Amino acid sequence: MADVIKTATRDAYGKALVELGEKNPNVLVLDADLAAATKTGAFKKAFPERFFDTGIAEGNMMGVAAGLATTGYTVFASSFAMFSAGRAFEQVRNTIAYPHLNVKIGATHAGISVGEDGASHQCCEDIALMRSIPGMVILNPADDIEARAAVLAAVEHDGPVYMRFGRLAVPRIFDEDYKFEIGKAVTLKEGTDVTIIATGLMVNEAIEAAKVLEAEGISVELINMHTIKPLDKEAVIKAAKKTGCIVTAEEHNVIGGLGDAVCDVVCEECPVPVVKLGVEDTFGKSGPAVELLHIFGLDADNIVKKAKIALSKK
Amino acid sequence: MDLNSKKELAKIACNVRMGIIEGTFNAKSGHPGGSLSIAEILTYLYFKEMNIDPDAPVKADRDRFVLSKGHAAPALYAVMAHRGYFPVEELKTLRKVDSRLQGHPSMNYLPGIDISSGSLGQGISAACGMALGGKLKGDAFRVYTILGDGEIGEGQVWEAAMYAAAKKLDNLVAFVDNNNLQIDGTVEEVNSPYPIPEKFASFGWNVIEIDAHSFDEIEAALEKAKATKGMPTAIIAKSVKGKGVSFMENQVNWHGSAPNAEQYETAIAELKAVLAGLEG
Repeated sequence: MADVIKTATRDAYGKALVELGEKNPNVLVLDADLAAATKTGAFKKAFPERFFDTGIAEGNMMGVAAGLATTGYTVFASSFAMFSAGRAFEQVRNTIAYPHLNVKIGATHAGISVGEDGASHQCCEDIALMRSIPGMVILNPADDIEARAAVLAAVEHDGPVYMRFGRLAVPRIFDEDYKFEIGKAVTLKEGTDVTIIATGLMVNEAIEAAKVLEAEGISVELINMHTIKPLDKEAVIKAAKKTGCIVTAEEHNVIGGLGDAVCDVVCEECPVPVVKLGVEDTFGKSGPAVELLHIFGLDADNIVKKAKIALSKK
Repeated sequence: MDLNSKKELAKIACNVRMGIIEGTFNAKSGHPGGSLSIAEILTYLYFKEMNIDPDAPVKADRDRFVLSKGHAAPALYAVMAHRGYFPVEELKTLRKVDSRLQGHPSMNYLPGIDISSGSLGQGISAACGMALGGKLKGDAFRVYTILGDGEIGEGQVWEAAMYAAAKKLDNLVAFVDNNNLQIDGTVEEVNSPYPIPEKFASFGWNVIEIDAHSFDEIEAALEKAKATKGMPTAIIAKSVKGKGVSFMENQVNWHGSAPNAEQYETAIAELKAVLAGLEG
């Protein structure tokens, strides 16, 4: 078996920004003293005249991004998820989203997989926060190919976009010619017994889980939900009707994330059992990322377990 | 400034004050105190200083204005109406359902608003972004913003102040409407921002102190700001909250309450008398 390519989605973000910078002179990138970590440093190196560091002041960075956007630029503003969606929530809400400005938020270091830095930096609330803002688009790519595609799609979208990237290197899932469309779920595998809807780094875990389930004779429908908002409701409804039960998997609090978004649709349109897999309303802790993902149940084994629970509720 | 221009501006400022009273009275809510205190600054900016065109409210080379103290929207709307952005009669729709005149300025509702504002501390950051955008494009437009003296308690103001100086945004002018009152009392009682000029100076700003109600001083300060290169300018404008309406002056309770019918009549009568004096 060929070696699997592993890349952090934050690295793909940095590379995609450079690619974009070459094609589009209208793109500016802002960072709040984390360019080395968010990987916007690559853009800074390539286009120093279009890169602005606001220093450790995320609230101001979001406001500056908004002001720049009103003068006709497409602005990427980057920091960790904790500070982009958390600290600067209200600046994003009032000065970017309310006026519907062309600011694309590149939030890296999302979720438990931040690892050793611990709970203060492991943001598992950002999807919930961003989902609650009218007009906000939320993209949560699963690998480096999808991360690049998300960046390119975000710049074409008119209005604010929140892009969620990870620190941990994750296996490549998609081919180079992968087609990505905002708001359009990707069915990775058809099946009839249970649907798994995964996002971000949980997509790879879901692929592994599906193999285990299939080996046990359970037919799995597997959906990659890279866009949390606007959610592909049709895909959710179709899968719910087809398989009669759903498991959601995300590296985020079970409150307010993909699981809730799916439940919102299922409850109203076609009630079937939904079992949510995510961080169980608790704070993270320090440790190696991969180890933490297992500790917090964010792995294929747990998806298998949850899938069986979902099946038992049918 | 010659006497005639000054008189003309004073008349406009008086009309702006009537617009503020008209708007808040009809809305039965709003913020007259901190609106009345910036009538001269806004009048000077919109009638003398800024390169703007009410018929082309988003033309690319226009000077920008950000009302960081967004609750003073009644003043901004009044000056825009008198400048020709929309009919003066529309001021009566302030804060009503389907009005373009939202409680705090919204660029999606009203053309001519350069950015939505109202959540304190955020406007100055957006103004920094506009000034930076102008410099990047090589455009000559200038950016003006007005902050409240209570508003500068927001940490973000100082994030922006540090940033504007670091990036040498000499196309940016921030007024601080120093009317000395905020909702919970005098600014000293609540959480003193004083000394304000020294704070901005220590952040690397060119600082000018003026009487907010003197057109001569506003003009001189803006000229100095234009002549200052390599740093942004802060104009600390000592003002009277509620200025021009006797019973509202220096009264903290007029921060966020509207005049009733009787108070409305008294206020309008006072302002009409001032206008008649200027016209006589």
